[in-house]
Amino acid sequence: MSNQVPLAEVREVSKRFPGVLALDQVQLKLFQGEVLALVGENGAGKSTLMRILAGEETPDSGQVFLDGKAVSVDSVNTASRLGIALIHQELNLSDNLDIGANIFLGREPVRLGLIDRKRIYRESRKVMRKVGLTGSPAELVGSLSIGQQQLVEIARALSLRARVLIMDEPTSSLSQRETERLLQVVRELKAEGVGVLYISHRLGEVKKLADRVLVLRDGTNAGELSREEIDHDRMVKLMVGRDVSQFYRRIPYRPGRLLLEAHKLRSPTHPQYEISFSIRAGEIVGVAGLIGSGRTEMLNLLFGIDRPLAGKIWIQGQPLRLGRPFDAIQAGLALVPEDRKQQGLILTMALRRNLSLAGLRANQLSGGLLNKSQERQLAIEMIERLQIKTPGLDEVVEYLSGGTQQKVVLAKWLSLEPKVLLMDEPTRGIDVGAKEEIYGLMEELARDGVAILFSSSEMEELLGMSHRLLVMHEGRISGGLKSDEFSEEAVMQLATGLERDVPKSQSGSGTRGYQ
Amino acid sequence: MKKTLGISGLLLFVCVLTSLLNPDFLSPYNLQNTLRWTALFGIISLGVSFVIMTGGIDLSIGSVVGLTGSILPMLLIQHQFSTSTALLMVIVLALLIGLVHGLLITKLKLQPFVVTLCGLLFYRGYARYITDDQVRGFGTGFESLKQLTSGKPCALAVVALAIGGTLSIWLLMRLLWVRRNPDPEVDRRGLLLALTGSGTLALLGAIVWLGQIQPISGILVPMPFFIMMGLAVVAGIFLNHTIYGRYLLAVGRNEQAARYSGINTDRIVIMAYAICSVLTGIGGILFALDINSIQPSSHGNFYELYAIAAAVLGGCSLRGGEGSILGVVIGAAVMRVLYNSINLLGIPTQLEFAIIGGVILVGVVVDELVKRLVARSRARRQLQQAQF
Repeated sequence: MSNQVPLAEVREVSKRFPGVLALDQVQLKLFQGEVLALVGENGAGKSTLMRILAGEETPDSGQVFLDGKAVSVDSVNTASRLGIALIHQELNLSDNLDIGANIFLGREPVRLGLIDRKRIYRESRKVMRKVGLTGSPAELVGSLSIGQQQLVEIARALSLRARVLIMDEPTSSLSQRETERLLQVVRELKAEGVGVLYISHRLGEVKKLADRVLVLRDGTNAGELSREEIDHDRMVKLMVGRDVSQFYRRIPYRPGRLLLEAHKLRSPTHPQYEISFSIRAGEIVGVAGLIGSGRTEMLNLLFGIDRPLAGKIWIQGQPLRLGRPFDAIQAGLALVPEDRKQQGLILTMALRRNLSLAGLRANQLSGGLLNKSQERQLAIEMIERLQIKTPGLDEVVEYLSGGTQQKVVLAKWLSLEPKVLLMDEPTRGIDVGAKEEIYGLMEELARDGVAILFSSSEMEELLGMSHRLLVMHEGRISGGLKSDEFSEEAVMQLATGLERDVPKSQSGSGTRGYQ
Repeated sequence: MKKTLGISGLLLFVCVLTSLLNPDFLSPYNLQNTLRWTALFGIISLGVSFVIMTGGIDLSIGSVVGLTGSILPMLLIQHQFSTSTALLMVIVLALLIGLVHGLLITKLKLQPFVVTLCGLLFYRGYARYITDDQVRGFGTGFESLKQLTSGKPCALAVVALAIGGTLSIWLLMRLLWVRRNPDPEVDRRGLLLALTGSGTLALLGAIVWLGQIQPISGILVPMPFFIMMGLAVVAGIFLNHTIYGRYLLAVGRNEQAARYSGINTDRIVIMAYAICSVLTGIGGILFALDINSIQPSSHGNFYELYAIAAAVLGGCSLRGGEGSILGVVIGAAVMRVLYNSINLLGIPTQLEFAIIGGVILVGVVVDELVKRLVARSRARRQLQQAQF
């Protein structure tokens, strides 16, 4: 195969975004009639690479070749003219239009100035048959299952005569049967000579489907596996395999009393699985998992943003009323949400007002009157305690830096002196200095007996900060790791779907035997 | 605050211009009428401003005014209810209307526009049905009840003296307090400016009252104005000094963040619609008493648009999360004074809507331009700070 001219080739492509080098001299070869799987951790550069191929991004340096000829894929239109199609994880279909209209969206055949519906349906039927979609092209896309919609996307790519088909996590929201069907379609396309670039977190699927695997890590080529070399462990090793920095100084953990216990929670997003675990005072528990593994959903469930379909939560032995953030706050829970600009803060409000918002009800004067002097005092205290850099108490938080904003969110919750602090990606998108300060705060809180449950996409942070890890996969806790079992490989194994027992809180009994 | 100053300037400008062009503007009869109508529209504008602050809208206001106006005389005359019972029933009805709006919008997640548009049609139709489309009124009776709108308990000069005086004393105390307890957030220049304004008002009131300067000393303040002032003070305290007012503004700016802060956002939104409808109900009672001849098919038509316009002029953003009670009251005054000027200055009344629409548009355009200017100068300042 290697002496053949590749169908598509990427040579020494680099791409820099503000603050990060997303791709560094990356190479990729895709041959006709093969499935090349592209794997890597979150942020390894997979999506940037495929966006470059599909003309959604332009590389800073490097070159793309098609059939051995240098081409410049400067726009999505160019890409589709060249026969490159990208199917996004989030489907780009108009569910108010029918299948035929979606397949021909933006390039409708016209007759006498009117849309040639007959031709659309005729052509659509052809490509639909290829992907195994039965039924009429006049059916509304909104009435199809997600799996069928995925097939419509592929049909659209085929009608564009795509020779290079890039699929980003195509099975992430499909059922088992739909997944099988999709894999079958991919195999058929391959047999017809289409080159498929397949991106997936599900290593099991990759093993079944791929002819070759290309692994990216931190924006560089980490390695390549041929058909016979593909196995779970080898892939994981290539995906991680780097030094954990000495950024963190984990303090030893002395087990305290049981603070939070979740028992058989079922989330509305993944109702087929139960979530059970517990945390003790002074414990920092990391929640690992790939994007879409249900970390945020679990934290929202605990805090009452979403109401679990079933299950119970106890805080310090007291049952918690589910689905009510206010009750959760009263019980001593706090959540630093994933999206600080939309969920954590009211950007156009003054810092002082943001700080006091969650505690207004607890600090009100009689008759619901605002306690403004207390509000002011609190703001002064928290700015001092967390070293928040702001020109004044009434600064609109929109104008503060990302790290400062995150500190404001933290201050808002710490002012309530929570017992259990939930943090969803607490250091996402903030600079190193602010990160370190937040780590310091987490340690300080844990020392004071607060239980911390934090999710993160950064392996180093998870391994460095946690006393214990919960790893999530497709909406369930696929396993837990004690600190002596920590390794990137172990986390990736669990995060990509290998099962393992959940270890209980380190003091032993994990049943409801608090005190 | 700046917005309120801007709209106050506009009000002053229109008043001065009109009185220069036609001195009849300052005649007791004309001023009393304008004050009364400002008060009536002010009440319903206050109501809708609460809904607008949550990012919603209430299109049913005119129809609720029509419905309450049709029902009140029926309760009093046909069904012989006592005055207080009848008033209470009308207000409870308005409250129920607001609660239904709020529940549909929060629990069923319907759009406020749609819910209240259906309300607009439904209440109008229902009012016409129960009255058999006949004109209703209170006849010549109910004199004490009618005092609610026709009563003129006090001279304008006295009111000016009272309001100006109270404000001045309060501001003075605050200034002295601030001098002793320095607080960098208190805008002392603003306080001084406000003190100057309120002092002038009190002084003018005193001069006119003591000197019996005609015709101004003959101007009496109608009852609805006092009712509106009372409601406005309560609304102002509610919005600016209670946790519910704070929640309202928080929900209006970012409902998601409010929910993540443990605020029961549904309850806040329902509350806003309830407040809006109750104030509309109170307004409806007063409008009915004032007009005394209620045509069910047209009474209150378009009032929601006047109310929304006044709220927007007064600084409420339809995106929610922003608003000032004083601004809304002044906004309502601008609307009424404009209307009055058109009549007094002999401008063809056919142009009425066009002029009011034009003035509002200019107002919001200027506001937007000022906002951009402020943002740009802020960016420039930050850039300079970054460079040095």
